[in-house]
Amino acid sequence: MSTATTAVRDLSGDLARYSKWALYAGFAILLAAPFIGLYPVFMMTALCFAIFACAFNLLLGFTGLLSFGHAAYLGAAAYATGWLVKEAHLTPELGVLAGTLIAGLCGLVIGLIAIRRQGIYFAMVTLAMAQMIYFVFLQAPFTGGEDGLQGVPRGKLFGLIPLADDRVLYYVVLAVFVAVFLFIIRIVHSPYGQVLKAIRENEPRAISLGYDVDRYKLLAFVLSTMLAGLAGSLKTVVVGFATLSDAHWSLSGEVVLMTLLGGMSTFAGPVIGAFTIIGLQNFLADQVGSWINVIIGVIFVVCVVAFRRGFVGELRAWQQRRNGR
Amino acid sequence: MEIFGIPIQAFLGQLLLGLVNGSFYAMLSLGLAVIFGLLGIVNFAHGALYMIGAYVAWIGMEKFGINYWMSLLLAPLIVGALGVAVERSLLKHLYKIDPIYGLLLTFGLALIAEGVFRDQFGVSGQSYSVPEALSGATNLGFMVLPNYRAWVVFASLAVCLGTWFVIERTRLGAYLRAGTENPALVQAFGINVPVMVMLTYGAGAGLAALAGVLAAPVIQITPLMGSNLIIIVFAVVVIGGMGSILGSILTGLALGLIEGLTKVFYPEASSIVVFVIMAIVLMIRPAGLFGKEK
Repeated sequence: MSTATTAVRDLSGDLARYSKWALYAGFAILLAAPFIGLYPVFMMTALCFAIFACAFNLLLGFTGLLSFGHAAYLGAAAYATGWLVKEAHLTPELGVLAGTLIAGLCGLVIGLIAIRRQGIYFAMVTLAMAQMIYFVFLQAPFTGGEDGLQGVPRGKLFGLIPLADDRVLYYVVLAVFVAVFLFIIRIVHSPYGQVLKAIRENEPRAISLGYDVDRYKLLAFVLSTMLAGLAGSLKTVVVGFATLSDAHWSLSGEVVLMTLLGGMSTFAGPVIGAFTIIGLQNFLADQVGSWINVIIGVIFVVCVVAFRRGFVGELRAWQQRRNGR
Repeated sequence: MEIFGIPIQAFLGQLLLGLVNGSFYAMLSLGLAVIFGLLGIVNFAHGALYMIGAYVAWIGMEKFGINYWMSLLLAPLIVGALGVAVERSLLKHLYKIDPIYGLLLTFGLALIAEGVFRDQFGVSGQSYSVPEALSGATNLGFMVLPNYRAWVVFASLAVCLGTWFVIERTRLGAYLRAGTENPALVQAFGINVPVMVMLTYGAGAGLAALAGVLAAPVIQITPLMGSNLIIIVFAVVVIGGMGSILGSILTGLALGLIEGLTKVFYPEASSIVVFVIMAIVLMIRPAGLFGKEK
């Protein structure tokens, strides 16, 4: 687990030890989940959204770009995978791969347009372009309009391993999640990731140091949209359908909230945030009905006003205060 | 009579409808620009405020028998007061941090407002009847002009130009513009900048509510009407650039017209045409048509 060690390398003393154990404990729970009574479809959905939030955090937390339309890429990949698996009878891994690439292609085109503006305008442009994609899906013949694309079969992985069993699929999804998690840690700690951090901290300075900032930002955008697409593709395989709500702006807002609530610019934060929000939605939906959006809105407001570091960030700050640094 | 194979009545009707939509784009993007200028916050809740304005008019009519003209006055006041309360309690904590938090906070507020209205009134649309004085239509010879639509275009143009006049030609407007440039210096001259900021947000909210009341008789009033509109208005703002007030008014109207024209010639593209134009403008002139390169 050398990468996991890297993840905690820049922390010191107690905190590093706690983080490492927290990481291992979290992983152990995920490994044992199907055997300790956690509902597999819920866990798989949450893992997909955790991938989504991690992908989003690569952009917001580690590059400083707020994309307000990330649901579009998740939705594009969800539809692509759904269509390819259902209508073209592709095996799930090829469907997921194709979905991921298509999301990345959308990301490339929209990224080229959006990086022409900075800061808050970038957020507005990405939101507007995502809305455009939404309207295209609303009218396109292959998406099934308001009904969505239903009844996507899970199929057999590599044509060999049937995924109909929830437990088998769960470990496939978990493996993908762990790979994405480690991949993001690897990127952030690579020289490329350091340049992204420099752009986040001070873009004019990064330019003056001779970095072609736009190219770095575009690559980060494409990577992030591909991973968001991977999340969407997996989700289609898990739940067996893709609908318009996968591409709706409210989902773009939710992924911001997941990242913010868990702690942006941290590795575990988006994962914790995703599980919290998906958990809340699952358990509260029966009890409070349409108030769920109000609750999400209130959490949003509270997070922005009083809890900007998120769970992981607050924990880290608390530890550092205790260590008297 | 036909134009490009389309009956002229239908053609002009769509054009007028486009102009009506354009008036709403203009009013909302104007409010967004003024708020952004002084507060540095992109107000996602602007759509929700517009929606609340329409509902205030509807509730006033249904429950209290308040007529359209009173609503035109009352709704902006009520929503403006709501805006002031929001600014005092929440937004004022955000002025010194990254502007993306302002967007996120107002996004949360929009979710709350939508959720509450959805719970109270459901997702199905409510309709609001056109006031008697403006019902009916005038025959202009070459087309039949629905009076209410003409009134909407006229009233929003008047409001937009009035706002432009206040900001560009009066002393109050001069303070506002100075506050946008350098709030600390304006404060040093003895002007109460926090109060000015508060009232600006209130006025922007009121403007959105006014647009909502004007829109109430021509659209279906639903809790989601605001968010669907605000995203288009964001694109309008990106196209126009937030630097110029006349610029936002012109861009809003022009995009409404273009949308109307698209509905005539290629209806499938009418919902995305504004976004396509935004993409093209970004490629050619990233700062927006009336924006300044910074």
